[in-house]
Amino acid sequence: MKLLYFAWVKQKTGMGEEDVVPPAGTGNVHQLIAWLKTRGEGYEAAFADLGVIRCAVDQEHGDLDTPIAGASEVAFFPPVTGG
Amino acid sequence: MIRVQTDDFDIGAEVAALTDGRTDIGAVVTFSGLVRDASAGARVTSMELEHYPGMTEKELARIEAEAHDRWPLQATLIVHRVGKLTPGDNIVLVVAASAHREAAFEAASFLMDYLKTRAPFWKREEGEGTAHWVDARASDDKAATRWKR
Repeated sequence: MKLLYFAWVKQKTGMGEEDVVPPAGTGNVHQLIAWLKTRGEGYEAAFADLGVIRCAVDQEHGDLDTPIAGASEVAFFPPVTGG
Repeated sequence: MIRVQTDDFDIGAEVAALTDGRTDIGAVVTFSGLVRDASAGARVTSMELEHYPGMTEKELARIEAEAHDRWPLQATLIVHRVGKLTPGDNIVLVVAASAHREAAFEAASFLMDYLKTRAPFWKREEGEGTAHWVDARASDDKAATRWKR
């Protein structure tokens, strides 16, 4: 599974994207974040406040409950500020 | 039509291209957004616009399709710039063309409100030795909720 990070989420994790294999039983975005937070300080910092984290699963907006089974791409980013 | 680009755009040329050869369009509403030199009281000397390639185009296409579902539109165009911009530069262009003005005005507003709250772009402002990611505004979320149905 490919993970992408944007804006300050990217700065905190220290990378724009990575390929990961989450542990079996990682069923939704919330569980994916919980696992990521065990992987180091950068992730802990990036996901410290889930109220300001937005996500997309296979390039469609999702939320913490969105299933990730079979997903090939999950992205994490702050609320958008274009326009 | 959707375009994400680093290059500037010419509003007159874009409208001319959209309406070229057509006699069914009676109203064209355009909105363009520009980089300001101040934000929350702080001086802005430049801005970096990041986006999510792939999803950006898909999300803008979804927003455009939704506008066409809601209003009788002859044509629409969304152009959004990315990369480094400075005060006075164009950032975004939305054009809505319809037979009559009401649909064009409303669709242009809708496109901007949804773009600002759903399209994956992020602004980083730089000024006087500092740089920060722009925070999303509650007023933008509020503006978008008026189209909920």
